[in-house]
Amino acid sequence: MTEIILFYLFSGLAVIFSLLAIFLKSPIKALLSLLVTLLSLAIIFTLLGAYLITMIHIVVYAGAILVLFLFVIMLQGLGASDTPLFQRFSKPLLFSLLLAPVLLFLIFLSALARSPKLLAASEKVHGTVEAIGRLLFTDYLLPFELTSFVLLLGVFAAIALAKKEPSS
Amino acid sequence: MIPADHAIILSLVLFSIGLIGLLIRRNLLMILLSIEIMLNAANLLLVTGSYIHGNLEGQIIAFFVMVIAAAEVTIGLAIAILFFRLKKSVDTEKLDLLKG
Repeated sequence: MTEIILFYLFSGLAVIFSLLAIFLKSPIKALLSLLVTLLSLAIIFTLLGAYLITMIHIVVYAGAILVLFLFVIMLQGLGASDTPLFQRFSKPLLFSLLLAPVLLFLIFLSALARSPKLLAASEKVHGTVEAIGRLLFTDYLLPFELTSFVLLLGVFAAIALAKKEPSS
Repeated sequence: MIPADHAIILSLVLFSIGLIGLLIRRNLLMILLSIEIMLNAANLLLVTGSYIHGNLEGQIIAFFVMVIAAAEVTIGLAIAILFFRLKKSVDTEKLDLLKG
């Protein structure tokens, strides 16, 4: 019972703060709203039995990605501010832009409504460090090793892109 | 027991919100932020799938999605810095270098 109450509470928080994240004008406020969304999602992951994923989620998103965003916004200062919504789009255009995601949501929802009732597995899944680690180092060893390559390429690309050009 | 279909609906709602943000924002950083919301919605769907089927495969894929998201946001922010250095702004309306 407690689980269900926590689930609905943090689902509501995640939806409200993600809406704030996309509609707030100031980038810093939007970023902090995203932080609340991410932490609510972390709690939902725990409720669904993904313990290791929760911890990685907090470390990678709240720890690394948000700080990276914060640094870039800080570096750019006032240049990062956005024009108000109604100056960017005319009202009919804005309406159609909002309609497209809503229609996509309704298509997904109708697909979900037609499928048979989804229930949780009879035995609860436990994504502990041991269980995930065992899978990662046996069945998923090749993809796991390739992720290190992807991260290395990401670092190289970021350094090569953001390097100061020699002034000519 | 958490209702699994409600978790799926939550992930659909978050994905749609991310898509709205992607469409209505004109700031390069906020577009990247909306992509993060969409990736998180996908992760929630994967973890829910793992919860429904009672095996760990979905959580492993969610782990790989996080790694890709970290690499993606690094490169995206590097491009944003580059663009800001060029134009002193991150407004996508000014992103017209390839326009003839």
